[in-house]
Amino acid sequence: MRVNIVNKNGQANIRVLIKHPMETGLRKDKATGKVLPANYIQSLKIEHKGQLVVNAKCGVAVSKDPFFYFKVGGVAAGDAIKISWLDNQGKTETKDETVG
Amino acid sequence: MNFDVKRRLMLKGSMVAGMATVAAAAGLLSPTSVLAAWPKAAFDAKSIDSAMSTLLGSSAATNSGDIKIKAPSIAENGAVVNVVVSTKIPDVESISILVEKNGTPLAFTADLAKTVDAFVKTRVKLGKTSKVIGVVKAGGKIFSANKVVKVTVGGCGG
Repeated sequence: MRVNIVNKNGQANIRVLIKHPMETGLRKDKATGKVLPANYIQSLKIEHKGQLVVNAKCGVAVSKDPFFYFKVGGVAAGDAIKISWLDNQGKTETKDETVG
Repeated sequence: MNFDVKRRLMLKGSMVAGMATVAAAAGLLSPTSVLAAWPKAAFDAKSIDSAMSTLLGSSAATNSGDIKIKAPSIAENGAVVNVVVSTKIPDVESISILVEKNGTPLAFTADLAKTVDAFVKTRVKLGKTSKVIGVVKAGGKIFSANKVVKVTVGGCGG
């Protein structure tokens, strides 16, 4: 997961890019003909100083290697930003960042 | 949908909206109330109406000129379509993105705390040429706007 945070006068512009196949569970593997199991991110959360500020939910229609952009206000330099995602197979990743 | 079922949904919807308002009044998103588990029924819904009523409590959205949807008019690759939904409507609780012609229209939804700008940007898949619908829930009311994106290569089914 790659995170970019730009502090624009107290507003954190947060861009998140996650490497993930976002498999719908409807496609077939061309080589084997078997249906590829669904594997997609369901939840993305952003916490600012321990408070949940963005709670996003995704379906299979979010593109492969998903990109998200949110603008979180009321931040100051040094504030902690925590970003985490969870997919339908239970895989999860968390990143702790600091506002610059 | 017959009248009785609709009425049930409306009642259910107003209750959910009521609870969300209480949480919103506190200015916070709390992990236990608003943020229940992943809304499977809404994401599995095959129509826009059922996706919206499951997710937001009602499918009755007011068309709003105050919602801005930024998406390409023509997408060469339906698998990656940039979509920005932003609005000037005050007290935004959530922003959702639906793709009308996808098998399951609901693509993305985000609950936003009061400190967060009423803005989301992400990339979605479009199976074919379709309306992309931005739905904003604000002050317990539901607003929507849409934009047609023409797809020249399908995004689903590789």
